[in-house]
Amino acid sequence: MLKLPIYLDNNATTPMDPRVLESMIPYFTEHFGNAASRNHPFGWEAEEAVDYAREQVAKLIGADPKEIIFTSGATEGDNLAIKGVFEMYASKGNHIITANTEHKAVLDTCKHIEKLGGEVTYLNVKADGLIDLKELEAAIKPTTILIAIMYANNEIGVIQPVKEISTIAKKHGVLFFTDATQAVGKIPVDVIKDGIDLLTFTGHKMYGPKGIGALYVRRKNPRVKVTAQMDGGGHERGMRSGTLNVPGIVGFGKACELCRLEMEEDTKRISKLRDKLENALLQLEEAYVNGSREHRLPHVSNISFKYVEGEGLMMGFNKNIALSSGSACTSASLEPSYVLKALGLGDDLAHSSLRFGLSRFTTEEQIDYTIKAISETVLKLREMSPLWEMYKEGIDLNTIEWAHH
Amino acid sequence: MAYSEKVIDHYNNPKNVGTLDKASKSVGTGLVGAPECGDVMRLQIEVDEATGVIKDAKFKTFGCGSAIASSSLATEWLKGKSVDEAVKIDNMDIVEELNLPPVKIHCSVLAEDAIKAAINDYRKKNGLEELVFEEKGVH
Repeated sequence: MLKLPIYLDNNATTPMDPRVLESMIPYFTEHFGNAASRNHPFGWEAEEAVDYAREQVAKLIGADPKEIIFTSGATEGDNLAIKGVFEMYASKGNHIITANTEHKAVLDTCKHIEKLGGEVTYLNVKADGLIDLKELEAAIKPTTILIAIMYANNEIGVIQPVKEISTIAKKHGVLFFTDATQAVGKIPVDVIKDGIDLLTFTGHKMYGPKGIGALYVRRKNPRVKVTAQMDGGGHERGMRSGTLNVPGIVGFGKACELCRLEMEEDTKRISKLRDKLENALLQLEEAYVNGSREHRLPHVSNISFKYVEGEGLMMGFNKNIALSSGSACTSASLEPSYVLKALGLGDDLAHSSLRFGLSRFTTEEQIDYTIKAISETVLKLREMSPLWEMYKEGIDLNTIEWAHH
Repeated sequence: MAYSEKVIDHYNNPKNVGTLDKASKSVGTGLVGAPECGDVMRLQIEVDEATGVIKDAKFKTFGCGSAIASSSLATEWLKGKSVDEAVKIDNMDIVEELNLPPVKIHCSVLAEDAIKAAINDYRKKNGLEELVFEEKGVH
């Protein structure tokens, strides 16, 4: 039976897998100990559970458990990696390279670095959302200490050429940090094969709990260190103080294990559904996929429906389908998506975009329902759109003098 | 953000969607907003030349639900009013009627601008001087 409402906003957060919840429950009540309590069984139990989870987390990304620093989530990981490297390697240089399609947690941290006297280069991306490797290499200077480029983008799902980036970083002796929040658990990520020095991700984007994430910090070739941004009891090898969130960590570990074991099967099924959705919606006139379709996460699609506005579009079905739009109206700032604009999309196309994020729990019936609901709403709103009428009459909208307000 | 019931009702059952003959002397057309800003409204009035009463009004809007509702409501209010009365429609009346939240006030301003633009287009076509309006400047 079709279950409503349908959740297709899985890039924002995923539902937690019931198996994850089950693994966590004993650690709230029965095994409530502090993992740092070294002198009694309550502490030992908690520590054991954390150690086990640390292995589960490390295994998913091909890391050593000692290289995993538990955090509160990807935003903290972004802050700790960038600010921590900036402080730790201050004697080497103060220049960081990133891209203008990064998540705000990276961009705003870089802005902060600039205020502290650091220098940041923001690379533009190509029309397909990928960075230009030549531009990246050209941006490196003697003072460059860090390249911060995301693994996959949260709005368009485009996967950056991580291996090529790490090769360039290595060649110039620069550290490479990647925000892999959208990628880990969805596609194979291997810190060794990919040549990553620092990597952040979070539990709640991969069917785990909110409030728990990890920062991978490489220990060998090279040994990377970050300056702690939170001082206290010296937990997590001194890089992140604070009593460990044991139930969260246990759940995060379980979520990582499930992703590792089920990713391949899940991806086959989900990418088929995504393609079905995308191909059906592209049957509509003037509908365009944003970003590379080739280098892209298997569960994401970002489509612009020209001449209809995203928020108006969502209103046609948002009682039954949960989605995001790049439209200004959905944000507090009234600015359309900066990621879509970075691809070179006009504001009008950015306003007309919808982001679909499928999950392990998405069904074919839900996709069929979504195709129908969105197609109908697009057609209905185009009948109501003066821009659609002009387009149909062959009027070039660029020739009209709009009253910008 | 939840929409008011009235906004939802206008969105689901918009009143007076359509196009009037913009070449006709009795029709005034107002096209306001810009695609880059995420909303464009086109509002048209057809005026009975003998009485000066607006006998028909149509709209088409590219925008969010509040923009669609504001223009739909505007066409309802315009019908049956004289041009002189129509000039007096204030955006805050629309805000009140539709319970628009502060971030959506610009939708009502746009609807008021569209009304005034349509009236001026009609006046121009009929050899009357265009009215000068104060800038609201909220959007």
